[in-house]
Amino acid sequence: MERPLVKRPLIKRKTLDRIGLLFAALVMVSPVVLFFLWMISLSLKYEIDNGAYPPILIPENFAWSNYVQVFRENNFFLYFWNSVLVTGAATLLALIIGVPAGYGIARLKAEKAAIVIMIARMTPGLSFLIPLFLLFQWLNLLGTLWPQIIIHLVVTVPIVVWIMIGYFETTPMELEEAASIDGATPWQVFRLVALPIAKPGIVVAFILALIFSWNNFVFGIVLASRTTRTLPVAVYNMLSFEQVSWGPLAAAALIVTLPVLVLTLFAQKQIVAGLTAGAVKGG
Amino acid sequence: MASVSIETARTETDNKRSKPSRLAPNYWPFVVPALIVIGAVIVFPWVFTLWMSVNSWTLGQEQTFAGLDNYIRLATDFRFWESLWHTLIFTVLAVAAPLFLGTLAALIFDAQFPLRGFLRGVFVMPMMATPVAIALVWTMMFHPQLGVLNYLLSLVGIGPQEWIYNRYSVIPSLVLVETWQWTPLIMLIVLGGLASLPREPYESAEIDGANAWQKFRYLTLPMIAPFLMIGVIIRAIDAIKSFDIIYAMTQGGPGTASETINIYLYNTAFSYYDIGYGSAMAVVFFVIIVALSLVLMMVRARTNWSDMETR
Repeated sequence: MERPLVKRPLIKRKTLDRIGLLFAALVMVSPVVLFFLWMISLSLKYEIDNGAYPPILIPENFAWSNYVQVFRENNFFLYFWNSVLVTGAATLLALIIGVPAGYGIARLKAEKAAIVIMIARMTPGLSFLIPLFLLFQWLNLLGTLWPQIIIHLVVTVPIVVWIMIGYFETTPMELEEAASIDGATPWQVFRLVALPIAKPGIVVAFILALIFSWNNFVFGIVLASRTTRTLPVAVYNMLSFEQVSWGPLAAAALIVTLPVLVLTLFAQKQIVAGLTAGAVKGG
Repeated sequence: MASVSIETARTETDNKRSKPSRLAPNYWPFVVPALIVIGAVIVFPWVFTLWMSVNSWTLGQEQTFAGLDNYIRLATDFRFWESLWHTLIFTVLAVAAPLFLGTLAALIFDAQFPLRGFLRGVFVMPMMATPVAIALVWTMMFHPQLGVLNYLLSLVGIGPQEWIYNRYSVIPSLVLVETWQWTPLIMLIVLGGLASLPREPYESAEIDGANAWQKFRYLTLPMIAPFLMIGVIIRAIDAIKSFDIIYAMTQGGPGTASETINIYLYNTAFSYYDIGYGSAMAVVFFVIIVALSLVLMMVRARTNWSDMETR
């Protein structure tokens, strides 16, 4: 029959296409892979190897001591803990406040509240910083972690509210209506009916709030003192003051961003869903 | 549908506002805590900044009402106009480059090939990485003598560059980092657009003998235009506000060659502690961002003839 004659070249072309696409994708991804490989390489090399020309990708001796040095000489345990506290508190508070708010706004169809969130997204972080810096100074809070926890809410609350509005708009109303006809209070409806269905949305909001709070730098450089630095500020300070040696610097940079990168790899699906939903809605 | 009638019922009871009915549960208690927090950390700073901007106040000195003096000073401040120009160049480049590369990446990742999911995951990583940490490593890579980038250039026969250490190449170098980090966002947005495209036009185009470029130019591009516009809006808002990477890598230098409005604003408020002037700058900056967003949204409303709003 004629059929196989037609089909075989088609299959061949398809495999060729796929190999071509794979190759194109590898080219697209290569700057990412090369960058992170080089970052790891820098962090595992002694000063001599980092200064070598031509550059060395894989050294003969790994300088694990760079990592030891970061923790021992630069108080990184403290700064790591500060980051955990600030990001953890700001994210949890944002969920406690933001999830019900997203529910309320979605059910009220309060478009204006959504606009406030949108404008908050446009406002440069620095313009929040001037007034709040003065407020914290006046309240005598500088030197504690509270100013950073509070100001990180500027980042986390809009993310959570925004994602939850979008999520609750898509969850079905019928169950909630049935529950309230059966005499459940709005709070009971929210807690027992709406909240359990919304879990995937909450996970997305949680992850994104966590990442953007963890990565935040600008609030920390103004509000953090020597003992209240978060990791991004600590790594920046290493650059400007304490040393110019590349190995430990790269090690510190990797320590700062590793938790986020691991989270990105494991929660890729949620992050993609959250960012595209937020982005598409954002227009 | 049932929900329609319930909705009308709800708006009616809302209008009366007399007693909470069963069909219209009171949702305000859910929103109030967030309103208080947003009022405290977002709205209060807006109002306070506006108030500070009509005052003359350097931290540690007497505060006096200054009317529009700060704004007049801003209009005649050469350094401000220069930073505005830097911001403009940076923003245009940091939107255009990711837009082009992100669309290209989306077209690739929209197709089927081995390892697609994994590679897409890797591609998204820069966007989530901590900007300061990234900036630090790029700074080492840009080093004129020891940096790996000049070595890579030498392999293809290009002479050493000064990257962020030269006043002419500093902004393009920063854009390179920004592009590396934010191309994935455009890719994700466009990928979402590509996934929503109908199949039929492509089938009829194939029957008509259209080639790949024609299909892209006359079918794909017009249909994903609204998504591209969303990408442009979001990227533009983020790029114009970019701070972490610029501050960590150059602090606006060499000299003031890469000082954008945001960096100048930071220096004014937190290096010179000129709170009044810094606030005026923040207000003007905010107005610029909102104006830019409105213009882009108007452009988008014009291109938005597809039915994506119904999703």
